[in-house]
Amino acid sequence: MDRRRVRRWFVALLVLHAVVGGAGFLAPYDPVKQDREHAYLPPMRVHFLGRGHLHLRPFFYAERLREGTFDEFEEDTEKAIPLRFFSTGEQYRLLGFLPSRRHLFGAEGARLYLLGSDGLGRDQLSRMLYGGQISLLAGLLGAGGTIFVAAMIGTVAGFYGGWRDTLLMRLAELFLALPWLYLLFALRAFLPLTVSPLRAFLLVVVVLAAVGWARPARLVRGVVLSVKERDFVRAARGFGAGDAYLVRRHILPETRSVLLTQAAILVPQFVLAEMTLSFIGLGIPEPVPSWGNLLAILQQYSVLVSYWWMYLPALAIVPFFVGYQGLANALHVDGVTVKIEGKRGGTHHDIGTRFSPAQTD
Amino acid sequence: MSFLLRRLLQAIFLLIGVSILTFLFSTLAPGNYLDEMRLNPQISAATLASLRAQYDLNRPLPFRYARWVNAVAHGELGYSFAYNGPVAPLLWIRARNTLLLTLTAMLLAWALALPLGIWSAERRGHLPDRAISLATATLMVVPELVLALGLLILAARSGWFPTGGMVSVGFAELSRWGKLRDLAMHMALPVAALVLSALPILVRHIRAAVAEELGAPFFRAATAHGIPRRKLLYRYALRAAANPMISLFGFSVGTLLSASLLVEMVMSWPGLGPLLLEAILARDLYVVIGGVLFSTIFLVCGNFLGDLLLYWADPRIRTAGGAR
Repeated sequence: MDRRRVRRWFVALLVLHAVVGGAGFLAPYDPVKQDREHAYLPPMRVHFLGRGHLHLRPFFYAERLREGTFDEFEEDTEKAIPLRFFSTGEQYRLLGFLPSRRHLFGAEGARLYLLGSDGLGRDQLSRMLYGGQISLLAGLLGAGGTIFVAAMIGTVAGFYGGWRDTLLMRLAELFLALPWLYLLFALRAFLPLTVSPLRAFLLVVVVLAAVGWARPARLVRGVVLSVKERDFVRAARGFGAGDAYLVRRHILPETRSVLLTQAAILVPQFVLAEMTLSFIGLGIPEPVPSWGNLLAILQQYSVLVSYWWMYLPALAIVPFFVGYQGLANALHVDGVTVKIEGKRGGTHHDIGTRFSPAQTD
Repeated sequence: MSFLLRRLLQAIFLLIGVSILTFLFSTLAPGNYLDEMRLNPQISAATLASLRAQYDLNRPLPFRYARWVNAVAHGELGYSFAYNGPVAPLLWIRARNTLLLTLTAMLLAWALALPLGIWSAERRGHLPDRAISLATATLMVVPELVLALGLLILAARSGWFPTGGMVSVGFAELSRWGKLRDLAMHMALPVAALVLSALPILVRHIRAAVAEELGAPFFRAATAHGIPRRKLLYRYALRAAANPMISLFGFSVGTLLSASLLVEMVMSWPGLGPLLLEAILARDLYVVIGGVLFSTIFLVCGNFLGDLLLYWADPRIRTAGGAR
């Protein structure tokens, strides 16, 4: 583990998460507030130059329908609206509890759509930021749950061995052999279809945790198997330490690095899984935004052709992938991230961390 | 031979496990297709009761599982409530389309990845290697969903490729070449998405495997003997690096199948993916189970093919497997 690299990636990720966490402040508008007059408004431009003058305060022009059309907008150069920074606007709760009205920027008289608006005239930028909260939280909670379950299962299998080991590891192999998307589908298929956003969210988290446990569990088992034969553990046992104490004090701490690396691999995968589920309509339902259901509208051909900016939220996940992959690589002790199942004579190679949770070992 | 036998047993075990798992999930399901029919006032309670009896929905799960296994053994995969017909023919057509897509993507991905990986390994640290590494690193951070949607938008805006479906409306009237061309045009986008999503992993693996052999003593000896570089790389190094690559092959089947499920849904390719989604939304139990099972069979076949190749390519496995 290269501590400096780990720290660097960790800070980068912290910043990324802070951006999404601070959605209330950074987003200019309420993500569900509609503005039907401005449906499918393309991303607006912020100007510094107007009527030959350079303006210190950036401004934008209000948009109006182009004459003779019903869905094309043009800038109304008569109406220049200055941008206000740290302005007061709609009430929100920062991180869900701190009430505030302060936004990074805003304007009076017209709404500024930096990333355009959707079919109901909702601000895409705000929806993207708020949607990230849902998607990231699902990923983080899902990964947390998975890691917890995996640590338990792996420890039980490795520590007690015998039939428990055989049973659990056979089950893990079953989960590993299936591509994760099938598992996700098979699981989701048999859970209620239409539920409230909150229940849908919990459902997604539970499904994610159920899908991804196999690989970390196997890795934990491997660590536990080797640790439990080490001298200090035997010594502790000789002094009369009980199983629970041994596991808690001596064995679980040894699995920390494996668990951290696995968590760094799982989080982006789970965010993506949430996106996939919501995209196909099995995840978080409207009007609550999530990165997945923001993209669902692209399944309509007309939207795909005419309103390209509806695609922009898809790109939001890319920096998170970069960050988490960097972190996972930095965390991993040998610099070897994921190894392919070593069939006899096979070698292990650095193949990066793109793999979905249930595929590699 | 025992190596292959063991692998075969593992494959069968996997199939049984998956079928049990899907059945187990199905009992957790609140509601089924018939429950939704109950909302229809035109269907009487008596009809529903007889339907329930007909599909054994009142019976306990192990009984239903046994019945289902028995039916599958006779080539019957159950009955689709939504399509009002047997599941098997439905799945066959979709499975064929999925296979067409994944096999093409697989061939193309390997055909691209092999030279790229070898080139990258040979010019380690130099410009080609750096460029390829950068490209794979970039592709790694773009998830399939984002990639597929991006390609779709590109196609929709440029009009170069059809966006969705498998054939055009007037497909039946086209000449043989026209048909082939039409199909290829429709396949271009989903195949591109699949290839691009599989490529970075393949290239990285091949590069690592080949690079390892390039430093090996036998390779230096062969170089000293003056064997031409190209022959050296493609005959000697590739052959020596075959083992990890074959493991990778069996495994890329799984990745591609999983990715294909998603890409099919995004690009509305009439494969197993959209069918599975429809079936999930309609609570069409046997279609879901059949679809998952079909995909698992593909997966198992891919893995087994990989094992066969390994058995053929690596004598160590034969002797070690025989000794065991």
